[in-house]
Amino acid sequence: MGELLDLVLVGVLLLNFALLGTSRLSAAIKFAGIQGVLLGVALFVSHEQPGFRLILLAVASAALKGGVIPAILLRAMRNVSIRREIEPFVGFTTSLLLGALATGLSLVFARSLPLMAQHAGVLTVPASLATVLTGFLVLTTRRKAITQVVGYLVLENGIFVFGLTLVEAIPFLVEIGVLLDLFVAVFVMGIIMDHIHREFSSLSTEHLTSLRE
Amino acid sequence: MAAWLVIVPLGFAALAFATRSERVRPWLLPVAGVVQLGLVGLELAGFDAGLGRPWLGLDPIGRLISAYLAVLFFLCSVYAPAYLAQRAERPNRVFCAVMLVFFAMMNLIAGVQHLGLLWVAVEATTLASGPLLYFNRNPRSIEATWKYLLIGSVGIALALLGTFFVAYAALAGGSSTSLLLPDMVATARQLSLPWLHSGFVLALVGYGTKMGLAPMHTWKPDAYGEAPGLVGALLAGGLTSCAFTAILRFFQICAAAGEAPFARSLLLFLGLASMVVAGAFMVRQGDYKRMLAYSSVEHMGILALGVAIGGAAVFGALLHLLNNGFSKGVLFLSAGNIHRAFGSKRTGDVSGAARLLPASGALFLAGFFAITGTPPFGTFVSEFTILTAMLQAGRYWIAGAFLSLLLLVFVGMGSTVLAVVQGDPPERAQATPYRDRWLSVAPIAALLALVLALGLWIPAPVSELLRAAAASLEPGR
Repeated sequence: MGELLDLVLVGVLLLNFALLGTSRLSAAIKFAGIQGVLLGVALFVSHEQPGFRLILLAVASAALKGGVIPAILLRAMRNVSIRREIEPFVGFTTSLLLGALATGLSLVFARSLPLMAQHAGVLTVPASLATVLTGFLVLTTRRKAITQVVGYLVLENGIFVFGLTLVEAIPFLVEIGVLLDLFVAVFVMGIIMDHIHREFSSLSTEHLTSLRE
Repeated sequence: MAAWLVIVPLGFAALAFATRSERVRPWLLPVAGVVQLGLVGLELAGFDAGLGRPWLGLDPIGRLISAYLAVLFFLCSVYAPAYLAQRAERPNRVFCAVMLVFFAMMNLIAGVQHLGLLWVAVEATTLASGPLLYFNRNPRSIEATWKYLLIGSVGIALALLGTFFVAYAALAGGSSTSLLLPDMVATARQLSLPWLHSGFVLALVGYGTKMGLAPMHTWKPDAYGEAPGLVGALLAGGLTSCAFTAILRFFQICAAAGEAPFARSLLLFLGLASMVVAGAFMVRQGDYKRMLAYSSVEHMGILALGVAIGGAAVFGALLHLLNNGFSKGVLFLSAGNIHRAFGSKRTGDVSGAARLLPASGALFLAGFFAITGTPPFGTFVSEFTILTAMLQAGRYWIAGAFLSLLLLVFVGMGSTVLAVVQGDPPERAQATPYRDRWLSVAPIAALLALVLALGLWIPAPVSELLRAAAASLEPGR
């Protein structure tokens, strides 16, 4: 089981790099979506005998992160007719290098953590940390509101990966609550993005600088 | 009873959403406020339906916070119809419904005993307050709402990771974990310390973002500056206190694990940093609503400091939570009235508030004295309690910094407040139709009376609530 899980998690890590390297918004949204589907698969394969509860959760999170949320974001993107992230604060090559650095550091750092025996051999914890850091990188280095939401999604994906170690400990209701909050968050952000576009005729957060000291 | 404190406001939210009349709908808010006061009264009298256990339940901290929230919300809700009548050009359906959802989620934070559900509730308050901030629908409020949602959500995501780390601390320590607070506290000694430490740091940063502790406070001036005064009062009084409650939950676990000194040193650092940042930005602040936001950063710092010092200062911090919330109510609501009348929140455009709006101007000035800890207001008592505890603990440098920062804030805030209140109103303002009305002033006066009352005499039931809540944060004492 551990090998299959590792395979899925390698996919998650590769998608981090794909996301960091692309300038096309639709590609970034799709990469985050595929990552979401992989998380559902990871949840499924992380247990020897997945029960009904686990299957339901895996399907729900894959459908939300891989289907509903990308659909909301792609729709928002089409409405505002923006295709590319132009001139991010940090270039694509540099952010790829930073991503590689973050992934390497996560692998090293996770070794020094006091992990339980069943989590020490698999990629779960390092993949989680690397994905969280990638999310942060996207959030802080990109200018478009949509890309920032994608960064937030990747950050949440990273936290979800850590949650794989805790499936027994976290009640179903809480997991569903977390997913619901994520859905509402993207939904509300989608509405606000729509208003940003209407007000400024752009989705670049550069225009959001009138409030300062 | 904790469940009903959440369900009933949610019911009112649905009712508000279904109500068609724009004029009738705002009156549902004070009705919900009165009902909530009744429920809290029943709860304090010992009535408990037991619904939702063990996930929901009011421990001493929850009891204190939910009673406080009911009083604050009631007084704000009485103010709401008059405010919304002034803004009749805007539909208020979403505003009223979302405000009740927001209130329900704050009560969920107070009454929840499960760390995962706590996270869900805090994130829900972020999402529910977004539409409230966006009520004015202009470019500035879009910017503030966007920053608030993004910074808030990212911060809270870190708190989720922190919650997971604490859960893992239990697993790695060899015990099973349910993430239920009483279980976590009972088995805290077995927690794996590296995971507990990193979990606490992440939770502190995450919920600290929501609370507005420096350096994670950057959304606050924008959000409070652009929000309607009514929303500002509920955010600065209610939501920040709820985020503080979430931090206290993690502190309880740390303290039970014998790691209180670790948690305290972090709180001390963030507390002092918040006071320094607030003091620096409050001097020569040209926007009186942003000034209130920095005042909120300062007082969140004082709450963190109180818990960091321990002993009697914890009691002082909890008392200060009440004082700060009620004083912020006074300041934000009266600032909202002044904003309505002058059509500006820049001190350059606003002067002579005391002439144009005798009641709101006087209340704004009195609110300033209340928040800066002038006797006989309650803030003086709570700040003095914290200061005494610092001196008793021999932390003279911290006490000195605390006092000098309070003084700096007094001077910085005072010059802005006096510029607003004194002098003659500019001609442009005299043309706006807004003047004080009974319903837009009486709730503010009531809030001020509460801060004053807490300074003169703390009733026995209130001090009992405070004492029990403080005791639950001081294990082994």
